[in-house]
Amino acid sequence: MKPRVAVVTFPGSLDDRDALRAVALMGGDPVAAWHADRDLRGADAVILPGGFSYGDYLRTGAIARFAPVMAAVREYADEGRPVLGVCNGFQILCEVGLLPGALIRNRTLSFVCRWIHVRTEGPTEASAGLAGGEVLQVPIKHGEGQFVASQEEMGRIEAQGLVAMRYCAPDGTIDERFNPNGSAHNIAGLHNETGNVLGMMPHPEHAVDPDLGPTGGHAVFHWLLSAARDRVHA
Amino acid sequence: MTGRQPAPTEDLLHRRLGLTDQEFDAIVDKLGRGPNDTELAMFAAMWSEHCSYKSSKVHLRSLPTRGPQVLVGPGQDAGVVALGEGVACVFKIESHSHPSAVEPFQGAATGVGGIIRDVLSMGARPVALLDPLRFGPLQDARNRYLFAGVVAGIGQYGNSIGVPTVGGEVKFAPCHSANPTVNVMCVGLAAADELIHSPKGGAGNVLVLIGASTGRDGIGGVSVLASRTLDQDAHRARPSVQIGDPFEEKLLIEACLELARRGLLDGLQDLGGAGLTCAVSETAARRGVGVDLDIDEVPLREPGMEPFEVLTSESQERMLAIVRPDDVGAVREVCAKWGLSARAVGKLRGGGQMFVRHQGRVVAQVPAKALAEEGPEYERPASAPPWLVRVREDDPAMQPVPVSLEEAFYSVLGAPGVASKRWVHEQYDSLVQGGTVLGPGADAAVIRLEGTIRAVAVSTDGNGRYGLLDPYLGGAHAVAEAARNVATVGARPLAITNCLNFGNPERAEVMWSFAEAVRGIGDACRAINTPVTGGNVSFYNESGDSAVYPTPVVGMVGVLDDYRLLVRPGFPSGGLVIYVLGRTLPELGGSEYGEAVLGKVSGRPPRLDLDAEGRLHRLLHECARQDLLASAHDLSDGGLAVALAESSIAGGLGFTVSVQDDGLDPAVALFSESASRVLVTARPGREGDVEQLAAVLQIPITRLGLTGGSRLEFAGLFDVALSDAVVVHEGTLPRLMSAQRVAV
Repeated sequence: MKPRVAVVTFPGSLDDRDALRAVALMGGDPVAAWHADRDLRGADAVILPGGFSYGDYLRTGAIARFAPVMAAVREYADEGRPVLGVCNGFQILCEVGLLPGALIRNRTLSFVCRWIHVRTEGPTEASAGLAGGEVLQVPIKHGEGQFVASQEEMGRIEAQGLVAMRYCAPDGTIDERFNPNGSAHNIAGLHNETGNVLGMMPHPEHAVDPDLGPTGGHAVFHWLLSAARDRVHA
Repeated sequence: MTGRQPAPTEDLLHRRLGLTDQEFDAIVDKLGRGPNDTELAMFAAMWSEHCSYKSSKVHLRSLPTRGPQVLVGPGQDAGVVALGEGVACVFKIESHSHPSAVEPFQGAATGVGGIIRDVLSMGARPVALLDPLRFGPLQDARNRYLFAGVVAGIGQYGNSIGVPTVGGEVKFAPCHSANPTVNVMCVGLAAADELIHSPKGGAGNVLVLIGASTGRDGIGGVSVLASRTLDQDAHRARPSVQIGDPFEEKLLIEACLELARRGLLDGLQDLGGAGLTCAVSETAARRGVGVDLDIDEVPLREPGMEPFEVLTSESQERMLAIVRPDDVGAVREVCAKWGLSARAVGKLRGGGQMFVRHQGRVVAQVPAKALAEEGPEYERPASAPPWLVRVREDDPAMQPVPVSLEEAFYSVLGAPGVASKRWVHEQYDSLVQGGTVLGPGADAAVIRLEGTIRAVAVSTDGNGRYGLLDPYLGGAHAVAEAARNVATVGARPLAITNCLNFGNPERAEVMWSFAEAVRGIGDACRAINTPVTGGNVSFYNESGDSAVYPTPVVGMVGVLDDYRLLVRPGFPSGGLVIYVLGRTLPELGGSEYGEAVLGKVSGRPPRLDLDAEGRLHRLLHECARQDLLASAHDLSDGGLAVALAESSIAGGLGFTVSVQDDGLDPAVALFSESASRVLVTARPGREGDVEQLAAVLQIPITRLGLTGGSRLEFAGLFDVALSDAVVVHEGTLPRLMSAQRVAV
């Protein structure tokens, strides 16, 4: 049976249809979910897609955290079901406290749309996570993607191995010159302590179809779908 | 005006609103009485140059508009062509130059919002945006402020609504310092049988105003801003610029598409220039009915708005739905789901009158057709400027090259108009919606049709220098090059939309250049078989005596039967044979070389053989279909040298070429901008097929050399390191824009 993956549409979500399409292409069963609903229609996993939920005029994700659907998302996270937040979805996951830190305006103060490279960190004992040490080519497109955290929090993030991926050179070297937005420690994505919640600024859903470009998104969807499949069989 | 003739200096309302005394008299004739102030404000908006096309109509009529591919031609909110497999492509280009000159961020942002609603009103999902932009030189702090603001505004709006910005162009010239040119094109897709047409009749149907509330922003936008020249006090017009809310627009897109999909609409009209007055009168006039509009039902942002303010406000993010009475409830429900206001503000009725009610009184009663269709029409005096003869005779090809060829090469490659526009397009989301097969920086953008191997190819083009030196050729070249761009990626050009950016039409030389440009566009469109489906005229782009170059910008759409066969501009591998298709002549008039190296805009633009142009497109299309080419890149600004450098930079691979086989002067061989030429590399082993096809179609083909290495080697002339060329090409705009100071 194909794992069912819900993609939540908030008013102002933009990459929701793209995420649904990517789920189908990667072998999942996509399910459209709605911000005002309280359930995720029995899905095995959930994606919070990119965009500008509710316009994001206040602070990214600040209003989305109050959406009825977020209670269900939190339940999924607590139950250990896979939750993927991409771009605005990552911002929302930080805003609701499912992931540490915050995302603020890019160091350049400009929106940036660019294909970049990230290197995945090795899986920790606590997380099923992505396979480590892979260099993925994926696009970013955001104005507020600079990851920040307090010194104390950053210490915890690194000590517990919560970094999922860092911006890097094409050969995988972690280098400030390849940090597109000024993120602390070149952080492009994080997971939670149990490894079932992943937030990332790059867009894996735009890097799955070889007709359109590189396919660095495959690794992320493989993780999501296999984690969802484990739930199906559990 | 019967009876008294007012003194020319008298401060009369109609004059303050931008209407002439003769136009006022015509209104009196149509009404059979003098208009009240509300009616006068409505006429002033609808009879403005911007809405009525009064100076341009007589010329625009000469354009070819029909063809088997055209589903909807000019006169609707946007043109429509068939792409095959039941898919319709809806597209339109518009200018937002005047608002952008006054307030660059919001001016450009609301331009994006406006053109999207045009496409949406046909029932199509907007899938791509392209932005042709022109600014003054970036050495000037104010020009940097305008450039940065416009790009950020386009980005903020486009990025927030999920429509990818996939192309456009940016060029610079001193004439744009006071008057930047900001055009924006939107492309949408719909199932052909689900397009929203505007049927006749419909009396009894309800007008439902959807989206944002109406405020005092943008009042007089069409008459104050768009239909006059900007003077020293232009910044005082800032209140006439609207403020955009892209979130509301995103909801409008989704709500309107859902309404269309569920068959709840009898019609859909965007609110743009001239606001409700335009949307309501055009709807009634097109349908041949009258209308009752109750402006007390219009949700307002602030109390105490006068009827004329409600009627002409250009508040953004509003659409007018025409709904059968039984469907009004369902329409309200869909809008509520998306958190949008939906208010019944009136009804279509028999007859042809537009009644406007306010607090139980009729405050305006005018024939809808008089507003929307019976505006004035002028055949303004036109004559060529006397200085043109002298400037044309000053042929750059006759000048000695003042610097080394290598220096000239770098000057041209690093000219801001030629240099990489990465600084611009990285600020735009070009990927959202997941259809972008080929994005910014290529000859044409390519967007695939969901679930098929078919794609639409789009390009915009316009060369102001050519427009200045020969507006006829300026118009014709814009069409030819936009079509060539589309053909270069392997697509078949289908149809155009155009944005005609000119100075004050009341000046004879401006009017002459306009008429010539339209004639050039018409001839080229007929020859290449790409009809005109609509467009926009932007006059009064001048300050004092300095007008913008006559700049016709053409937006071309084409179809690619199988996007997997598209051809990209970069050299993909070493050892490929490089050819140039087409003939190179000593044509440096109006060239990038002339401006960047000689410091002059002079001479005659390249000639244009439209028959050869068409054959070149067929050759490119056939080569792509048979998968014969490894790369293809159009030759335009900067000629062969720039095209070679760009293909090299895009592929990350050098080349060795000999450019002087036919004994041309080196500067001509490198920098001539002769039209109808494309740089290609053949797939290994297919060289003979390419040469043979070219021979069959009678397109000259010249073997230049081979790809490979890490140097750009022009044998016998000079050679440079690819890495140095990259620094010049990529570094120019960031370097100019990193000068932090901007002036407001």
